Amino acid sequence: MITFEDVTKVYEGQRRAALADVSVTIEKGEFVFLVGSSGSGKSTFMRLVLREYRSTKGRIFVAGKDLSKLHGWKVPGLRRQIGTVFQDFRLLPGKTVTENVAFALQVIGKPQASIKRLVPETLELVGLDGKGNRQTDELSGGEQQRVAIARAFVNRPAILLADEPTGNLDPTTSIGIMKLLDQINRTGTTVVMATHDATIVDQMRKRVIELVDGAIVRDQSKGIYGY
Amino acid sequence: MRHTLREAWSGLRRNLSMTLAVIVTMWVSLTLFGGGLLGAQQVELLKGRWYDKIEISVFLCVDDSKGSNCEPGQGATEAQRQAIRTVLETNPEVATVYYENKAEVWSDFQRVYKDSPVLADMTADMMQDNFRVKLKNPEQYEGVVSAVAGLSGVQAVQDLRQYLNPLFEWLNVAKWTTIGLSLLLLLAAALQIATTIRMAAFSRRRELGIMRLVGASNWYIMLPFLLESLVAALGGALFACASLAALQKFLIIDKAQPSLKSVEWIGWSHVGVAMLGVIAVGVVLSIVPTLIATRKYLRV
Repeated sequence: MITFEDVTKVYEGQRRAALADVSVTIEKGEFVFLVGSSGSGKSTFMRLVLREYRSTKGRIFVAGKDLSKLHGWKVPGLRRQIGTVFQDFRLLPGKTVTENVAFALQVIGKPQASIKRLVPETLELVGLDGKGNRQTDELSGGEQQRVAIARAFVNRPAILLADEPTGNLDPTTSIGIMKLLDQINRTGTTVVMATHDATIVDQMRKRVIELVDGAIVRDQSKGIYGY
Repeated sequence: MRHTLREAWSGLRRNLSMTLAVIVTMWVSLTLFGGGLLGAQQVELLKGRWYDKIEISVFLCVDDSKGSNCEPGQGATEAQRQAIRTVLETNPEVATVYYENKAEVWSDFQRVYKDSPVLADMTADMMQDNFRVKLKNPEQYEGVVSAVAGLSGVQAVQDLRQYLNPLFEWLNVAKWTTIGLSLLLLLAAALQIATTIRMAAFSRRRELGIMRLVGASNWYIMLPFLLESLVAALGGALFACASLAALQKFLIIDKAQPSLKSVEWIGWSHVGVAMLGVIAVGVVLSIVPTLIATRKYLRV
C-alpha cells in the first residue's frame, strides 16, 4: 500500500536531510506506529505520502501510484484515498459536526443523497450518534477528534494517516481514540500513526517503525515504544 | 454546485465594500474604454469610404454644372471621360485609378445621409461621376492636379487630405489618449480584483487548506473566487454598457444628429460593437487576476 524506496528529503535551505535513505513497505490493512522524537522525520514521512512535497531522491508508491511520476492534477484523486487526522483536529469553526463531516464529501462532488446516508452512518461508527447538530466548538477535545476521524473516514479511504492524534488529549480519552482507530483498521483500512505516546504504543503491540534523525533505526512487528 | 454558489455569494457579501469598489472602478474604466472604441468608429465614419484609399478626387460635369470646363446643360461625354482616364492612367505619379458612376454615388449618398433633410433636395441626376486617384507618393499631388484641372468635362479637382489631415491627426491623438487612459484605469481595476481575491482567499485559508487535504480539485477550489470576480466585473461592465447607451441616446441622437445633419453619426450597431468589446475586456480582466491571485493556494 505504501512503499518508500531509498527516499531522501532535504527541505530548501536546510543542510540536514529530514529523511535519509528510507526504505520501507507497509502492506494493506497494517497498523503501523511511527515513533521518534521531534524532528526525526515523522511528519515529513506523512507529508510525502500525501504528496504535499516531493522527495529529493528515491521513489514513493502509494496505493499503486508512483508519486514522483504523478501529474499535479491527479494529486486530488490520490488524496481522496487518504484520510488524515491531526493533533489540532483542523475542524471548520462555526460549523456543526454534520457540516464538518459532510464537507469532505461535498468538495469532492458526492451527491446530496449519498452525503445524507454516509454522514450519520459514520458519526454512529465514531460514537457521535445524535450529536450531528452540535457546534464543534461546544465539544470536548475527544469528541472533536472523533469528528476529525469521522471526516477522515467518511469517504472510506484506503489509508488513514494520523499525525499525533492524541497529542492534545488526556490519557483516558486517548485510549478511546485508539480503540476507534483500531476498529477502523479492522475494516481493512491501512493506518499509519505518528506518535510520542509511549503508553499507547506499548499497549497496542502493533508494528513499530522508529525514526532517528531521518533514518529508520528499528522496524519491529508487535513492538513497543522504547527498547 | 450549490456549495460553490453559496461560497461565492457569502464571499461577495463579506467583502461588500471591496466588491463595490471593483464594480465602480470597472464601470468607469470600461466606459472610458468603450467611449474610445466609439470615438474610433466615429472617426472611421467621418473619413468615409474613400478617405484612406485615395488622395485626389476628380469630379466630372453634370447637366447643371457651372464650371469653366463644363458645357452648360450637358454633362461630361464619353470621349471626355476617356480622355481624362487616359491622362490619369498614363501619369507617372498615379498608382491606381478608380471610377465611380452616378448610380454608385447616389446609393452611397442615400446611405450616408439617410436621416438628413439634405436628401430631400437631391436627385440621382445631380450626382457626379468621378475618378478617385491613388498616388504613388501622396506629397506629389500638384503635378496630377494640374494635369487634369484644365481638361474638358472636369468640374472640380479636390484634394481633401490637405485640409482634413490636421483634423484627423488631432482626432487620432484624442482617440489614443482616451484609450491609453482607459488602459491605465483598467490596469488599476485588475490589480484591485487581484487584491480583493487574495484577501478573500487569505481569510478562507483554513477552509482552503482542508479542501486541498481531502482532495478537492483545483477547479472546485478556484470556482467560487472566479464567480466572485466575474460577478463584480460583469456588474461594472453592465453599468458601462448602460452608460454607452445613454451616451448614444443623449449625446448623439438627441444633440449631435439634429445639429450636424451632414455628418454620418455612429448608430446602435456601433454601440453594440463597443458593448461587446467592453464585456469581453471585463471578463478577461476578472479571470486573469483571479487565476494569478489564487495560484498560491492551489499549489499542490
